[in-house]
Amino acid sequence: MTCNPAVDRRTILKGATAGAALSITPLRHVRAAGTPVKVGVLLPTSGVLAFLGQACRRGIDLGAKMMAENGAPAVEILHVDTESKAEQGRVAAEKLIREGCSVLIGAFDSGTTISAAQAAEAAKVPLVVNIAAAPQITSQGFKYVFRNFTPGATLVYNAVARIKELSSLTGVSPKTAVLMHVNDTFGHAVAKGVDILWQKLNVPIEIVDTISYSRLAKDMSVEIGRAKAAKPDILMPVTRVNDAILIVRELVKQNVELFGVIGPGSPGPYEKAFTDATGKYGDEYMDCVPWYDPTRVKTRRAIAAFAEAYPDQRFELNVGFSYEAVEIVADAIARAGSGEPGALQAALRATNLQDHIMYGGPITFDETGQNPNIGGVLLQNQGGTPKVVGPAEIAVAKPVFPMTPFAER
Amino acid sequence: MVRRERKRTGRPRGVVAATAFFCALFLVPHLLDDAWVAVLTLVLFFAFVGQAWNLMMGHVGLLSLGHALFLGIGGYTTAVLLQDYGMTPWIGIPAGALVAAMVGAGIAWLGFRFSVRGVYFALLTIAFAEFFRILFSNWPLIGGTGGYFLRVVPEDNVPLLSLRGGADHFYYLFFVLFLVGLIVSARLVRGRIGMFWSAIREDEDAARALGVRSFRLKVLVVAVSAAMTACGGGAFALMNGSLFPNTLMGMQMSIQIILAPIIGGLGTLFGPFVGAVFVVLVLEFSRDLGQTAGVYGLSTLIYGLTVLGVILYMPEGIWPRLVRLAQPLRRDR
Amino acid sequence: MVELYLKVAAGGLLIGTVYALIAIGLTIIFGVMRVVNFAHGEMVVMGMYLGYALWTLFAIPAIPAALIAAVVLFGLGVFLQVTVVSRFVGRPQHSQFILFIAFALVITGLHLMLMGPDARSVMAPISFQTYSVGGLRLDAARVQAAATALVMILALVAFLRFTFIGRAIRAAADNPLGAEVVGIRSGRVYAVTAGIGLACAGAAGALVSPLFDAQPFLAPEFTLLAFIIVIIGGLGSLTGALIGGLLIGVAEGFAALLINPAMKSMFSYGLLIAVLLLRPAGLFGGREAR
Repeated sequence: MTCNPAVDRRTILKGATAGAALSITPLRHVRAAGTPVKVGVLLPTSGVLAFLGQACRRGIDLGAKMMAENGAPAVEILHVDTESKAEQGRVAAEKLIREGCSVLIGAFDSGTTISAAQAAEAAKVPLVVNIAAAPQITSQGFKYVFRNFTPGATLVYNAVARIKELSSLTGVSPKTAVLMHVNDTFGHAVAKGVDILWQKLNVPIEIVDTISYSRLAKDMSVEIGRAKAAKPDILMPVTRVNDAILIVRELVKQNVELFGVIGPGSPGPYEKAFTDATGKYGDEYMDCVPWYDPTRVKTRRAIAAFAEAYPDQRFELNVGFSYEAVEIVADAIARAGSGEPGALQAALRATNLQDHIMYGGPITFDETGQNPNIGGVLLQNQGGTPKVVGPAEIAVAKPVFPMTPFAER
Repeated sequence: MVRRERKRTGRPRGVVAATAFFCALFLVPHLLDDAWVAVLTLVLFFAFVGQAWNLMMGHVGLLSLGHALFLGIGGYTTAVLLQDYGMTPWIGIPAGALVAAMVGAGIAWLGFRFSVRGVYFALLTIAFAEFFRILFSNWPLIGGTGGYFLRVVPEDNVPLLSLRGGADHFYYLFFVLFLVGLIVSARLVRGRIGMFWSAIREDEDAARALGVRSFRLKVLVVAVSAAMTACGGGAFALMNGSLFPNTLMGMQMSIQIILAPIIGGLGTLFGPFVGAVFVVLVLEFSRDLGQTAGVYGLSTLIYGLTVLGVILYMPEGIWPRLVRLAQPLRRDR
Repeated sequence: MVELYLKVAAGGLLIGTVYALIAIGLTIIFGVMRVVNFAHGEMVVMGMYLGYALWTLFAIPAIPAALIAAVVLFGLGVFLQVTVVSRFVGRPQHSQFILFIAFALVITGLHLMLMGPDARSVMAPISFQTYSVGGLRLDAARVQAAATALVMILALVAFLRFTFIGRAIRAAADNPLGAEVVGIRSGRVYAVTAGIGLACAGAAGALVSPLFDAQPFLAPEFTLLAFIIVIIGGLGSLTGALIGGLLIGVAEGFAALLINPAMKSMFSYGLLIAVLLLRPAGLFGGREAR
């Protein structure tokens, strides 16, 4: 059935080798004895998540630069793009491991992270998760996965605590809420967490409607119309960036009157793209997320260095957690004293970083590989930038609640 | 017009070539490093699934633009049976194939019953695929858009029983699937059924007038194609360990599936493989180039331009062109 | 509650008019050339980016931007038709499909390179403005987009009815061979048709740029949306596309309101399946297109 023996096979092989040579070249780096430990970074720097992936990459690069300045052991960072595709995680991880990486950082998106984790686990190379909220990442029995980010449930737990606190802080008690969430991996996990915890923690705010919308929603007029009809005191949107912008626009156009908009664990409203696009209407939008601790010296140093390196960008949580991932890896390499993956895994397990930039307790990892000490803050956009308004110990501004009606801005 | 390969099994050179080719494929994990094994695993995956799709399009002329649906059905069935019911993929994959065959046959039955043809049939397949994708995205039992995740392979894992393992294991899994797919396709296409199929492809009305039971045969090819695709989906799910309706069942995946066989050569047995090699390598190459250059979108642009070039200058596909180059004199039209 | 229903219905009708313009672009190309433009959504997104760029760089609002986008995309359509697509007319569908997928990839690649992957929103006051009609608040941008789209559709109908080339296009759509026989040069007719088809997509894209954020990954959604409308209205029929657009606009709005916004397009696909099976010529007559 295969016609033509030699020529065809040779042609195929020739093509394959040519492709191989071209494809491998840019990734091959000169390797010599005693060279720096190779750290592989998987991020979605193209595709739907590219915007966020690139923010993470800035955090990684900044982290690597600052670690080097602080005299940490030399590392070599290898970046691979996962194209925002879950199945690409495994291929990318295998590629990096093959390139000699003894520890991986990644991968922003939960699906990609799990897919990469399978490869890392098989090769016994540790994976430090910078961002990814799916609970499965630390509940599937991985031994080489360490996550310094809050899983969906904790994210919501912290958010609920902040929302409860808000009433006592301002003396305004909202009674009803509408939960809106984007129907993607992340939004789904958070919304589910809200449902469960709301009952468990006995929150005195009734959720009168839950509205989920597509990841590619172009327009939110009906969704906001429906939310408005439920007449809630607060709106709780779990969004990405674009949909948060669309929500604000619709709130303004439909003149929805609310005590406040509070995103439980929602990415987006703290992004520069959001505050730029919504201007004054984006102000007083609140969000409960893990965030950097603005009171620490280390944080201020990192922010200053970031502002210098990327004057047009904002230092936010994607940057922060990616930065911390590098810090965690650098610390483990220093303690392990070698770039051997097994030693690094042991060192990572014993991690105990007291002084770091994100709000919360020391960075440690429990037996599932999860850092249980990550806190959550209440952010509010004020004057076009996100300000920490709670908890009181690290707040830099006072919350405005209830918010100024849109019509009066 | 789609050209069919001629029967050459009897020729010793053909046998030698085929044997050498498969030996080379078999030896890949011993010759290349893991990253390349992973890439070639993807090649085999797309070659196998493309082969399945090619049965419908290349051999019977039914254009399906929604094959990701069957991939998703196979993947989710295998994964859910394994995770929630503790069933080995040895049962899960055939079960997925069965479900997909039934869904495929159902869609085909509906479509042909109402004589939906040509571009309308293609749109019908898209509509069903998208319909199910959104349904799966909102189905809490399988995690919806939140995704469905397989637990880590246990320490005492026996790859031959669990069908899960390392890079080499999955390479051989897809290698076997690819081989089986090739043999099944060859047997079907070269047999009686295949003759009827090509009669339907060339002129359905004439075939029917001659007594070919085109309705049944068309439903059959859709079912077989769906079942094969679902097997690929099951193995793919085991390999990735995570399933998402948007990536596994989306339009993008449907397009990925059909690019390889069309670029490689429709209606040929080796076209899908050649096409998959081409597509995956171009993708890898353009990705690396884009990353090295640091220009976002460059990889998509290069990929698009390459596909454009192939469809413009080799509309019949790469494999037939290679065959023609290889034997300029013996070519008989 | 009544107010909400009215608002959803009005909003659906308004956006449906713009959808109709997109769908007409698709249907006119198919009607004349029997070629399905699978890259139609990418053309719409191109229009959105033009709308964004014209506003951001030169403060040109959506309506004039739509005219500029129409002209630019008309040129692109003629160019693509003359250089590449003409060779594919009459080729098998899968071959055309891959051609347009390649176009889609190239255009997406260019969008990514030029505009980046993040959503681009027009930062114009109009994005926050509304008109009040009898107690009903309607988006200013949406009303303007719908009105402009309607004018464009009417202009197109007039063009097809009253000009020589327009009539030639209709003749070619009705009977390609016959048109050739009576001396209508299909090459030029095809080029103009492709231009018009893309111009519709581009204009619609620019019109929605203050409403939706421009993003390369929106394209497949627009393509599928246009397909649904065109099939429901009857492939090749302009009136069908208009009614189909309005219907889908309203239906999606109510599906989001009454069922679940995340599942609203499932309703459209269900409708598409039903129409394909039961009334392949479309709900509103049109020619038997099989």
